Amino acid sequence: MKIKTAYLGMYLALALICSYVESLIPFYFGVPGIKLGLTNVVVVLLLYTLGTKEAFLVSVIRIILAGFLFGNPFSILYSLSGGILSFLSMYLLKGGGKLKVVTVSVAGGVMHNMGQLVTAALVVENYHILYYLPVLLIAGFVTGFFIGIVSQEIILRIGNRV
Amino acid sequence: MKKRFGKTDFIVLLVILAVISLAGIFVVLNRENGETVVIFLQGDVYQEIPLTENREIEIQKEGVTVNVLNIRDGKADMTDADCPDKLCVHQKPISKSGETIVCLPNKIVVEVKGGQEGDFDSMAR
Ligand SMILES: [Zn+2]
Repeated sequence: MKIKTAYLGMYLALALICSYVESLIPFYFGVPGIKLGLTNVVVVLLLYTLGTKEAFLVSVIRIILAGFLFGNPFSILYSLSGGILSFLSMYLLKGGGKLKVVTVSVAGGVMHNMGQLVTAALVVENYHILYYLPVLLIAGFVTGFFIGIVSQEIILRIGNRV
Repeated sequence: MKKRFGKTDFIVLLVILAVISLAGIFVVLNRENGETVVIFLQGDVYQEIPLTENREIEIQKEGVTVNVLNIRDGKADMTDADCPDKLCVHQKPISKSGETIVCLPNKIVVEVKGGQEGDFDSMAR
C-alpha cells in the first residue's frame, strides 16, 4: 500500500511536468485552449501497471491541478471532458483484450481531442467549430501513436516490477 | 514483435485513420474563399459583415466592448479582447469558409462563410 502511494505521487508529478511542457507548446487549431494530450503517456502507463482506479484518479487530479497552475477554469473543463472520454475509451479497449498498447493509446489520443472540441462547441453554442475536428483527430492520432510506442517499451521493460 | 503489434491493431488503426482522412477530405473539398464574416455571441448571430469591407467592429455585451474584430484585405482578425487568456487575439486571421476564431471566456465565435455552397448549413439541408 505504501509503495503504491509513492508510485501514485511519482506518476502525478510526472503528469504535472507533462502538463507544464504541454502548456508551453502553442497549439492553436481553431479552438484556443485545446491541449495536445502528452500527459496521456502517464495514464497509459498507470492503466497497464498499477490499475484502473489509480489511472483514473491520477488523470483527474492532474487535470484539476494543472488547470489551476498553468490554465484557467475553462481549460479545466475541456481537459476534464477530453481526459475522461479518453480514459473511458482506453479502459474499454484494454478490457477487450484484443488490442495492444499502441492502439489503445491512439484511441485515447483521438477521443481526448474529440472530447475537448465537442465541449468547446457546447460552451460557445456553435457546432461550426467542429470544422477543425479532422485536424484535431489526426493530431490526436499521431500523439497517441508515439505515446503508445513509448509506453509499450516502458511497460515491456519495467511493467512487471511495479 | 507479436508482443507489440498484432494484426487486429493494424486493422483498427487503419480504419480509424481512414475515417479521419475521409472527414478531412470532406472539409478540404468544401473550403473556398469566404464572402462574409458572421459574429456569434452566445450562439446567436450578432452581426454579419462582408469580408470585402475594411472596418473595425466592437463586439459589445450589455453595452460594454468585450472584443474588437478587424476586417482588412479579405481577412478577419481579433485585435483586442478583455478575456483573461487572450487566446483569441493570438489566433491567426481567417479568410476561408468554415474557419473560425473562438473566444471561449466571452462565448464569441467569429466564422467565415462562403457563397451559397460549401458551408455546413447547405449540406445539412
Ligand atoms: Zn478571448
